[in-house]
Amino acid sequence: MSKLQSYIKTFTMWELWQGLSVTLRNMFKPAVTVHYPEEKAPQSPRFRGLHALRRYPNGEERCIACKLCEAVCPALAITIESDVGDDGTRRTTLYDIDLFKCIYCGFCEEACPVDAIVETRIHEYHMEEPGENIMTKDKLLAIGDKYDAMISADKAADAKYR
Amino acid sequence: MKALIPDFVLNAWLSVWGMLPPLMQYLVETTFWIMVVMITVILSVAFTTYFERKVIGAMQGRIGPNRVGPLGLGQPFADVIKLLVKEVIVPTKSNRFLFIIAPLLTLIPALATWAVIPLTDTFVIANIDAGLLYVLSLTSVGVYGVILAGWASNSKYALLGAMRSAAQIVAYEIAMGFALVGVLMAAGSLNLGVITEAQSGGFLNWFLLPLLPLFFVYLISGVAETNRAPFDVAEGESEIVAGFHVEYSGVAFALFFLGEYANIILISALTSIFFLGGYNSFFEGWTFLGEGHFLREPALLWLIIKICFFIFVFFWLRATFPRYRYDQIMRLGWKVFIPVTIVWIVVEGVMSWMKVGPWA
Repeated sequence: MSKLQSYIKTFTMWELWQGLSVTLRNMFKPAVTVHYPEEKAPQSPRFRGLHALRRYPNGEERCIACKLCEAVCPALAITIESDVGDDGTRRTTLYDIDLFKCIYCGFCEEACPVDAIVETRIHEYHMEEPGENIMTKDKLLAIGDKYDAMISADKAADAKYR
Repeated sequence: MKALIPDFVLNAWLSVWGMLPPLMQYLVETTFWIMVVMITVILSVAFTTYFERKVIGAMQGRIGPNRVGPLGLGQPFADVIKLLVKEVIVPTKSNRFLFIIAPLLTLIPALATWAVIPLTDTFVIANIDAGLLYVLSLTSVGVYGVILAGWASNSKYALLGAMRSAAQIVAYEIAMGFALVGVLMAAGSLNLGVITEAQSGGFLNWFLLPLLPLFFVYLISGVAETNRAPFDVAEGESEIVAGFHVEYSGVAFALFFLGEYANIILISALTSIFFLGGYNSFFEGWTFLGEGHFLREPALLWLIIKICFFIFVFFWLRATFPRYRYDQIMRLGWKVFIPVTIVWIVVEGVMSWMKVGPWA
């Protein structure tokens, strides 16, 4: 480009007008904002949110205290202690997940041979008191019971890719 | 009036008003109009911040504030309340007096300049003949606020911001002054009212077209003067945190904020008056609209429309351009704008001497 051309381009502010036209055109495009509490972005059935412990349809706990999840957990968020249960099977006496340590990688779910520990699609939860970040076995089972239909549906939707 | 105010109150007021000496009457009346204009400007500042967030939001595919009140119109007031409730922290080793006075020094000139701005063809608070000089001197005083804020804070980032701002404003003040020399040569007066009158008679009589280079120089220098993007190196949050106002919080920061936006409105108003004919109508020369058609009459509304347009331009620039590098700012100010304005002043002078062009 000759020097004259470049001078003309500079003094007519050609490139600046081009930039301004881009922003002006974008101003009339609709906004892409999702109005969060009223309107939510779509979620995958694989979404990894709050944890839950599941039961078999007859009410028996799935977890057999194999401690594979504890072993695979990269953040060391899971603590398990086990003992012989009333019916002579291996059961957990303590199953704690520290939500502050958890990185929601989903490895525990992958490692579990009986699909006991799962990550649900619940992501809107909070803690109000110190110590509420520890999800005890009771709390995890309660979540599993409450959202059983949702968890089963999500697992069924994802089953064909596994 | 009769319905709103009981007769005896009105009568009492009129008799008291009649007893006042003429000077006192003049003072009361002027103070009243000053209050009206000032409150209007401050309220406009509040909604300018809302307008900015909406415009920039729209340009970035967002929606901007929409939570407080209908359409988010309560947002400015929520912001003000938040800033008023916050604590004002004065750094221990700062110069307390200068620290407090600096935000006032940015805000007061921006408000005081409105005294000479002709709002309609009959209304101006102070119709003085040296209006342009008054405007130039007051906008220069505004710089002291920034410099003193940086100095008094006793913080290295604030000082750097103040230094940058000082150098930048010195550079652009000259270009701005020269651009206005072109305007006053064309209008033949320093009185803003006369400058506006000189542009009556429709779009083609505005100084926009004959003084096009000066218009762009003035507008861009105005952006630089107000320390707005893309010339906001004085704030430069990516390099020097927030520049001159790092140490400010609460009400003191609110005053800076107010001053910045008051300056934007002021520069927009001045640009409208110098180059776009102020309160003159765009359609004034359109004879087919018929004599005395309301669209052809000069009115405050035209000035407001023009001011809004320039405020929009400020935000448009901010949404579009990245921040100028410091040496580029200096190059643009000293090596481009000043030569351009000088050349145009010479051209204009020669043309008016030879009695050609619109200045003859």
